[in-house]
Amino acid sequence: MSENPDTDSLELESEEEKQDSPEKHCNVLLSEEAKLKEKYPKLGPKPGGSDFLMKRLQKGQKYFDSGDYNMAKAKMKSKHVVTAGADQNLVTGDHIPTPQDLPQRKATPLASKLAG
Amino acid sequence: CAALRSGGGGNDVHWCFSQVKGAIDDDVAEADIISTVEFNHSGELLATGDKGGRVVIFQQETENKSQSQWRSEYNVYSTFQSHEPEFDYLKSLEIEEKINKIRWLPQKNAAQFLLSTNDKTIKLWKISERDKRPEGYNLKEEDGRYRDAATITTLRVPVFRPMDLMVEASPRRVFANAHTYHINSISVNSDNETYLSADDLRINLWHLEITDRSFNIVDIKPANMEELTEVITAAEFHPHQCNTFVYSSSKGTIRLCDMRASALCDKHSKLFEEPEDPSNRSFFSEIISSISDVKFSHNGRYMMTRDYLSVKIWDLNMENRPVETYQVHEYLRSKLCSLYENDCIFDKFECCWNGNDSVVMTGSYNNFFRMLDRSQRRDVTLEASRESCKPRQVLKPRRVCAGGKRKKDEISVDSLDFNKKILHTAWHPQENIIAVATTNNLYIFQEKVN
Repeated sequence: MSENPDTDSLELESEEEKQDSPEKHCNVLLSEEAKLKEKYPKLGPKPGGSDFLMKRLQKGQKYFDSGDYNMAKAKMKSKHVVTAGADQNLVTGDHIPTPQDLPQRKATPLASKLAG
Repeated sequence: CAALRSGGGGNDVHWCFSQVKGAIDDDVAEADIISTVEFNHSGELLATGDKGGRVVIFQQETENKSQSQWRSEYNVYSTFQSHEPEFDYLKSLEIEEKINKIRWLPQKNAAQFLLSTNDKTIKLWKISERDKRPEGYNLKEEDGRYRDAATITTLRVPVFRPMDLMVEASPRRVFANAHTYHINSISVNSDNETYLSADDLRINLWHLEITDRSFNIVDIKPANMEELTEVITAAEFHPHQCNTFVYSSSKGTIRLCDMRASALCDKHSKLFEEPEDPSNRSFFSEIISSISDVKFSHNGRYMMTRDYLSVKIWDLNMENRPVETYQVHEYLRSKLCSLYENDCIFDKFECCWNGNDSVVMTGSYNNFFRMLDRSQRRDVTLEASRESCKPRQVLKPRRVCAGGKRKKDEISVDSLDFNKKILHTAWHPQENIIAVATTNNLYIFQEKVN
């Protein structure tokens, strides 16, 4: 199509193509939609507003309360902390910790690897 | 505006590898996922933000004129933790520390300023250099300990002495508690005094000096949330007209607003929308028409929008259709069902202009990115890959085979890696230098010079 085999010339739609391509697009889109409907027959416009938009507005993991959040964070942190040969059974996030249970070292905030 | 060293960035430009930043290993920590990339107004500084709330700024080394014309490298200048994770007690939701956007302020004095934002809070950071320190205090030792007053017998005048360059970042303003929904855009006004922040349903106008209040200028929240049909996806101020801004929607429309018309710009001045034949609608058509990014051209006469499959250039004087449309990866149209299932159809790709508005760039999957030359009517697909990382290695164009017989050097659609997405790219404001972010690596490419 173009002289340089390495690049494509941009698709400038001619009048003919303009008539074809929306239909072509439409057919492809409809067949994709048919595939989706086969897999998920209940999918479709529902009453009560767009589910998808509502989910987007409420993005973010929901916790029961701040205590639940802090426990979950503690659990996550305990996975990242380097236990220097110490207690492999270190447990946080599942019960109220005693001073003996807490890790000795604070998890060091890691620097970005882009700066490395 | 500065003249370009070389025109365009399209087919006569050969792009070469310059640098790559970030870890090589495939095991990517979530915090390292790059979420925004932005050059400052001179192009000397390049900032990145990541999911871990950190900002890394690179500085272009001052060129050594005696060397070849190869433009100099970007090295780490400053890095700091911009945002921390927080907990919204009222909604029991986590507020991510991920940096959604960084925008630089034009430089006014020796220091540099940038705005960085996560979902809820915008911060103004001052980045300044310190290359001297005071020495010779009378009452303190050099390490800060106080001297015993009885031992002081003479007075001396403290002086500034040179020290190793230290770059400090400090938060100067925190603009908080103004957004109920998630901030997707910030944009500094050409008046250099105000900026806007946009979330899913509202846009606020701030003064850079004032943190305890902001003006709401757009509110598309319906009285009854069940009537919600579209959300704001991006917003930007006009580069020269301080009264004008645009915002794009999930329905594929762009509204241009004039702040002189009224305090609340709910009624647009212009509505840019390409008409769609209602008989062509499918379940996917609205999703793929959602605009993920909108950017004014540098000259302020055009704007570019990115939706899932295409890039469109709009003339601000023509609302009923774009003046140019470019297909980014049309071969994905027949894969929308699977892309919906793996959520890729909701990926938000950004786009950017080159310095003289002749070429636009946007990312795709498989670490491919596309350069679309408007003036030469040509386009090319390139790849950011560790395999093309030899110094000054020219990038080889890539081709995707949509179907049928796959030619040599082509990659078939089904072999594309949809986990390798290039969502964020940036173009130096004057030169042919581009920054391309893969998931956790930052690639810098430059134009080949002979």
